[in-house]
Amino acid sequence: MRFNTSTLLSILVMLLGGLLLWHADAFLGDYQIYIIKLIFINAILALSLNLIYGFTGMFSLGHAGFMAIGAYVAALCVLTPEQKEMMWILEPIMPPFDQLFTPFWIAVLAGGLVSAVVALFIALPVLRLGDDYLGIATLGFAEIIRVLLTNMTPITNGALGIKGIPEHATPVTCYIWMLITLIVLARLLFGNFGNVLRCIRDNEIAADVMGINVFHYKVLSFCLGAFFAGVGGALLGSHLSTIDPKMFNFLLTFNVLMFVVAGGLGSLTGSLLGAGIITVLLEWLRILEEPMTIGSLEIPGVPGMRMVVFSLALLGIILFRREGIMGTRELTWGKLAARFRRHPEGGRA
Amino acid sequence: MSESAKDQKDILLSASEVTMRFGGVTAVSGLSLAVPRGAVTGIIGPNGAGKTTAFNVLSGFYTPQEGTITFDGHSIRGRKPHDICRLGMARTFQNIRLSHQMSVLENIMVGCHVRRRQSWWAAPLGLPMYYKEERAIADKAHALAARLGLDDVCNEQAGGLPYGAQRRLEIARALATEPQLLLLDEPAAGMNPQESLDLMHLIERIRKEFNLTILLIEHDMKVVMGVCEYIWVMEYGALIAEGTPEEIRSNPAVIRAYLGEDMVHA
Repeated sequence: MRFNTSTLLSILVMLLGGLLLWHADAFLGDYQIYIIKLIFINAILALSLNLIYGFTGMFSLGHAGFMAIGAYVAALCVLTPEQKEMMWILEPIMPPFDQLFTPFWIAVLAGGLVSAVVALFIALPVLRLGDDYLGIATLGFAEIIRVLLTNMTPITNGALGIKGIPEHATPVTCYIWMLITLIVLARLLFGNFGNVLRCIRDNEIAADVMGINVFHYKVLSFCLGAFFAGVGGALLGSHLSTIDPKMFNFLLTFNVLMFVVAGGLGSLTGSLLGAGIITVLLEWLRILEEPMTIGSLEIPGVPGMRMVVFSLALLGIILFRREGIMGTRELTWGKLAARFRRHPEGGRA
Repeated sequence: MSESAKDQKDILLSASEVTMRFGGVTAVSGLSLAVPRGAVTGIIGPNGAGKTTAFNVLSGFYTPQEGTITFDGHSIRGRKPHDICRLGMARTFQNIRLSHQMSVLENIMVGCHVRRRQSWWAAPLGLPMYYKEERAIADKAHALAARLGLDDVCNEQAGGLPYGAQRRLEIARALATEPQLLLLDEPAAGMNPQESLDLMHLIERIRKEFNLTILLIEHDMKVVMGVCEYIWVMEYGALIAEGTPEEIRSNPAVIRAYLGEDMVHA
């Protein structure tokens, strides 16, 4: 029953994607590869926030904080002791961290785990709040994390940030981590645990009466989301090869929130689509910031112009398609097939 | 004490001298009741008498300031609702609380969760035991849907169901937790006479089929008198009478407080 046509098709597509990425150098330029990696990382971030906000209904704005933790932990793990000694010029690096040196996959895992542990400590007091209050509290915690990173100079190199992080995050690595995120979340959410989380989202009181330990599952969802946010942050750090506290401000959280809302709250495939489309769109809209000549009209380059256009596009989504691209529905092979066969009612798979 | 101890063996749920205050308002004062195992019992009373508050106290939403509550040999005063559900008490709500965006089947499956053995991490690992249990839960939900006449609408969104079906779905979800005691908060609210009649039959049927004890709150006198073996009457948070339907019918305090002219003519 588990190995039906759609599962096989999914595995096939995943393998094919991996194979293509393995040989991506052959037919794609550096810039395209850069974008593809960014899409995968953004997809991880979007999926993890969707678990917290879309499926469990916790309005969390702390994603940038968890990403920062993941990025810093991973960077500390993969830098060689010599590099660290050279880079920490304000204050020398603290003992256990100066000798820390691990393979990349352990670094990413450690980034996720530390992030999840921090999330646990944040969750215990904060998840007793609901709705907007939770958003404000988590936003505050993300800022606290950022301030701590700025001031814990012996560990984080303070405001200077960390540079020269080895670029272990190849397209294939990012792809694999995205698949892991997707598979873990899909297995969890398309089973009865998904029903439980969505029941908590829709009606906490009913969930409580049905014997569900609401707080336990909220903490679980929050920490799992933070874990994958940490993983995403770790990959992002390696992808950009440089991190500093300023880059993890709340705008980063809103970027991720944008992927999730545009893709559809409560839809995993929606998050993938949202992350993909918006990442490409954000890059593509860079044209708008360059000087242009339309006929006799000369427009000087306006920095930030793409964000204006982008905000308008988001307004459009909120006005005309509030539930996002997918809503709470999922894109499945059955639905795709139905689309091609033009059977409007075939998509119930 | 020795006399009540004798009755204890057949009592599934008992409350004694339970008092619940909200600030200066005493919503329930000195409520004592004992629900015998296997019986259908009811709480009636005029609006604002404290019936729903009594339910909320019994199911663990509120911790009463005074009194004790014992369920199946466990003291449940101060326990959380999900804990009490695990012990075998399920309830429905006056204002139906379903996940409207989820399908009928998924709603019932949520109820099955409390009896599952596998932890959440079995899901991403894809253990065979996990899939076995998932299938068992789906089968159980299907079976429950069929027994409550919801098998035709299994995959429809719960929010799109007609009112009566939503009531039945809420009962199905409660039954999925494998309760011993089912608390029904105004199950016939908003139903027409025919639907109320069907509901009475349904209550009788599920009590037999699932070997349940049922305690319900109801306004509809036909339903209460028709299915309940024993009735408690509340007014202004206090118990003013208790007894069999016949005793309640002829109890002057009840007639004065609640049943009024209706029952005089009946």
